[in-house]
Amino acid sequence: MAIEGFVAIYIFMLAAFAGFEVISRVPVILHTPLMSGSNFVHGIVVVGAMVVLGHAESVAEQVVGFIAVVLAAGNAVGGYVVTERMLEMFKSKDEQKKGAE
Amino acid sequence: MNFIVQLTYLLAAVLFILGLKAMSSPKTARKGIIWAGVGMVLATLVTFVHPAVHGFTNYLLIIIAIAVAGALAWWSGRRVAMTEMPQMVALYNGMGGGAAAAIAGVEMLRALRTAPADFRAQAEALAADANISMAAAEAALRAEGVASASIAGGLGADVAILAILGALIGTVAFSGSLVAWAKLDGRMKRNSLVPAQQLVNIVIFALAVIFGIMTFFTDSIAVVVIFFALGLLFGVFVAVPIGGADMPVIISLFNALTGLAVAFEGYAIGNPAMIIAGTVVGAAGTLLTQLMAKAMNRPITNVLFAGWGATEGASSEGPEGEMQDISAEDAGIMMAYAERVVIVPGYGMAVAQAQHKIWELVELLQDRGVDVKFAIHPVAGRMPGHMNVLLAEAGVPYDMIYDMEDINEDFAATDIAVVIGANDVVNPAARDDPSSPIYGMPILNVDAAENVLVIKRGRGAGFSGVENALFFGENTRMVFGDGQKVAGSMVQAVKGL
Repeated sequence: MAIEGFVAIYIFMLAAFAGFEVISRVPVILHTPLMSGSNFVHGIVVVGAMVVLGHAESVAEQVVGFIAVVLAAGNAVGGYVVTERMLEMFKSKDEQKKGAE
Repeated sequence: MNFIVQLTYLLAAVLFILGLKAMSSPKTARKGIIWAGVGMVLATLVTFVHPAVHGFTNYLLIIIAIAVAGALAWWSGRRVAMTEMPQMVALYNGMGGGAAAAIAGVEMLRALRTAPADFRAQAEALAADANISMAAAEAALRAEGVASASIAGGLGADVAILAILGALIGTVAFSGSLVAWAKLDGRMKRNSLVPAQQLVNIVIFALAVIFGIMTFFTDSIAVVVIFFALGLLFGVFVAVPIGGADMPVIISLFNALTGLAVAFEGYAIGNPAMIIAGTVVGAAGTLLTQLMAKAMNRPITNVLFAGWGATEGASSEGPEGEMQDISAEDAGIMMAYAERVVIVPGYGMAVAQAQHKIWELVELLQDRGVDVKFAIHPVAGRMPGHMNVLLAEAGVPYDMIYDMEDINEDFAATDIAVVIGANDVVNPAARDDPSSPIYGMPILNVDAAENVLVIKRGRGAGFSGVENALFFGENTRMVFGDGQKVAGSMVQAVKGL
């Protein structure tokens, strides 16, 4: 599915606004988890890597495509694990008491 | 089938944005990462039925790659200590950049494989139609500029431009992030590779741009390989001179760049989920980078193009007076009889693994009715927010932790400010001494408190190499020793009361 030039520019622009909006009201305490979380989100590159490896038709394309999927999967999975571990710890006083009971 | 694939990508993009939104508040943050995770799993699964994916070998390779890399990343992500999180983020981010560059690589290889045949077919058709020779037909096609046996011809001009840009950004983010990881992990210590590094960097960048342009027009694989190599080399040369204190800003910048590279490659292969998620990360990451640079009072250009060295030595005069010691036990007892205590933790606390003991101490103090708060400087730790994560790990509830803006007014009404493993972020020189290299950086006004206790391993200067007048203050008492042991002695002293 090709995306026409101007439509792509609209998508770029709206997504950029969304990105700014999402971050602009974030407290400092969440900066590191959020950086880690956005690092996970660009792990979506894994679907692109799968597509290019999936339509590879020469050995060279398969080799580079394989590298792409390996790196992308590392990004996605690793990004998820470290973000989840960081956020796991954000509990308020009440939640901690509940957990202790 | 394509309809279902596209619909799932759309759903994934929505989940990513909602997830990031939820991640920007402590109450909903844990939900946020799970939503984004669901989006990722859905998008990955549906790609197995993507119309472009075919061939048994290719399917097998995809499954092997995901299984092996996924398992390794899962294992490494689970076992890493909380203090080492920043370098893991750098590592995984670099992998994402590398993946984006590799996608461009595959597309370029494909273009080089198919473009000559396509071009010949077009020329043959034209030659037959217009009844002219092959050479004339080829010349006519070239004159029209619609197609040639080059990467631009094979991919189309717009796709080629974005694929090349994405490849350049991706390779730089890849090698740069790996250097950042190696430096934070203590595997690399050096801060320069060659003399006149700035100049060399500019030359490498210029060469990379030239080869990028050549890649657009070329039909030779060698040019593409050199272009990728120059991108990787530039990433290394950019990241090596960056000082440890500036690393978080650089990791954040590389994170934003990877997002951009992913968006560009998303356009190149017509994948809207990659365009949206990549652009959102690119924009959010850029903003986050600016916020961090601002918190450190280091314009992003300074971070990239200058080291601390530029201003070092300007302030040669040390603070006057003597440091005054106090034993850990006495310090503990002092805190037990105080009304209001504010604890200012720095990365030194995390290195000493003292956060658990400190939290134990705080709980004891709270039982005695002492009002205890934690004050966190925006760049405490290795990244903004890193210290919050480390305290959260020790069990400190986030509603006891205050940002610099929220607590700076309170120091004047504080009985004891306890600085543990922090230095530059409480140095009054940043406020008072224009000749200091850290002048202008916002600090925690610890010196306004009635008493200041500083827990410190030794007498040396801080991360930036600047002496700290706070340590010589009238109302300051130094507790020298390993943070964990000192905190342990304090706990014993308070328990013994």
